[in-house]
Amino acid sequence: MIQFDFSTIAFFVFAVLTLGGALGVVTNRNLFRGTIWLMVSLFGVAGFYVLLSAPFLAAVQVLVYIGAIAILFTFAVMLTRSLTRLNVRYTRLWPSALGAVLLFAMLVIGVIWPVFGGNEMYSLPLSDVVRTTSDLGVALVSGEGYVLPFEVASLLLTGAMIGAIVIARDADEEELEQ
Amino acid sequence: MDCTGLCEVLTQGGTDPGLAQFLSILIGVVLVVSVPLVTVIFLIWIERKIAARIQDRIGPNRVGPFGLVQTFADLIKLLIKEDITPASADRLLYNAAPILSLAAVALIWAVVPFTPYHFGVDLEIGALYFVAVASLGTLAIMTAGWASNNKYALLGAFRVVALLVSYEIPLVFALLVPVMLAGSMSMFDIVNAQAGMWFVFMAPLAMLLFFISSQAETGRAPFDLIEAESELVAGFNIEYSGMKFGMFFAAEFLHVFTNGVLITVLFLGGWYFPGWQMPLIAFMWLGLKAFIPYFISLWIRNTVPRLRIDQVMRFNWFFLVPLSIVNVLVLAFLVMILKEIGWVPVDETGAMALADATFIELLPMTIVLFISNVLICLPIINRLRRTGSDDRVADEQRAQHAIAHAAGD
Repeated sequence: MIQFDFSTIAFFVFAVLTLGGALGVVTNRNLFRGTIWLMVSLFGVAGFYVLLSAPFLAAVQVLVYIGAIAILFTFAVMLTRSLTRLNVRYTRLWPSALGAVLLFAMLVIGVIWPVFGGNEMYSLPLSDVVRTTSDLGVALVSGEGYVLPFEVASLLLTGAMIGAIVIARDADEEELEQ
Repeated sequence: MDCTGLCEVLTQGGTDPGLAQFLSILIGVVLVVSVPLVTVIFLIWIERKIAARIQDRIGPNRVGPFGLVQTFADLIKLLIKEDITPASADRLLYNAAPILSLAAVALIWAVVPFTPYHFGVDLEIGALYFVAVASLGTLAIMTAGWASNNKYALLGAFRVVALLVSYEIPLVFALLVPVMLAGSMSMFDIVNAQAGMWFVFMAPLAMLLFFISSQAETGRAPFDLIEAESELVAGFNIEYSGMKFGMFFAAEFLHVFTNGVLITVLFLGGWYFPGWQMPLIAFMWLGLKAFIPYFISLWIRNTVPRLRIDQVMRFNWFFLVPLSIVNVLVLAFLVMILKEIGWVPVDETGAMALADATFIELLPMTIVLFISNVLICLPIINRLRRTGSDDRVADEQRAQHAIAHAAGD
């Protein structure tokens, strides 16, 4: 059964931060507050990394997600002041909502079931590849480690960047040139 | 987890081991946070005295001897002032911002090694932790600016993003230099690596870059665009009053001294000083050395006028960022070459180990790195001089042209 030591309490505190923050993001009508809730949620995730003995990932989580990405979010929101008081209600997205609920249910069953089912095969030990920061660096670029996921992720980011440029590009520009 | 010191005493007294560990950690956290918070009370007095002397005034001199108790009087005044929240402000975020602002600075002190035996926590990723925590300060100022629902506060917050986010780049590149030399991100290892030779002699340029960008990070003159009094009234904190305003200011005062301590830890050898080494003396050395960058920072703040936002940005992107990148590249290249020649002390695995080396062993390496820094600086200073004189000539010509034009009419 669960032992109630201090790391368990910390786990529940971070769980409340992560899930409560996420709930705040989707329920808030004010976009600026939404981004602040997003930061709370990301901070909770950083706490989980600390609990899983991955302080490097925790620091990077705070630095990249809260310190850089979320700050850019707030900056964009501040530039669009009309978005801070949203009154629009999206009520016709039932298929998407159903899909999201189904996906969530599948994830919950897939993750929770093995843990409580007592199947020893799924109780994976902590990775022994990554002990220090330099181990992490080697694991990311060595052929035996995670070089393929690393490259795929970078490809995905490049694709996302190109997509963002295509979407943001003004259609009138080409017409003006002609 | 190990259980030593206070934790051991509590366990022997019959306390549950988990609770004993929790209590001893809690007491440590409270102590580490209290040090900066008590220090800031006296820092405010020191800063006001120095600012007054530079501006040919006396400064606080009424309350207590030399006005020492003035800060307490101000504190009481701030505490009993009416606590106003503007009607149209975002109440939750408006009140959370000052707390976050002070917390972002106080959190840095967790990784500062005061002496070999007194420190909050020795994180393996100390340097990265510092960068991560410092970025929370930006968030606090932005939240304050937005939640106040005031156009001047919002303008101040906009400038914060531009200023702080861009100056983080040279800051991190300068931070990379001691990390590379020590071969570790732990603040403890960085200080230990300076036992034989302080990094300021190996990388003076990196220290200068760190100093300039940390001055910008605190939002002090000549980078005080965040709260430019003459343009934005007071910038992001315009709507704040009482202790909430006081917390922003305490955070700023503390941040300046924190930067002094960080420069000491990263470049000036932390607790090391030639000759006398004892735990409490070591603490004194750290404090004394931290006062050198702190004093220079105050000196600059009180003598230099404010720059325009475009000048600040140009200075960063066209000067500090390229310079810091070149600095890191040159240093990495030279250290590699010096390792091949055998001028760098190494341990049995072949990794660089400065911690066990003596002053004499480190001297050749230091001289080479110092000369490289001077060689990087020379063309840059020359370039700056030429740009400055060109600008001045152009200005004079424009002025003469305008006079001639006016006389012609």
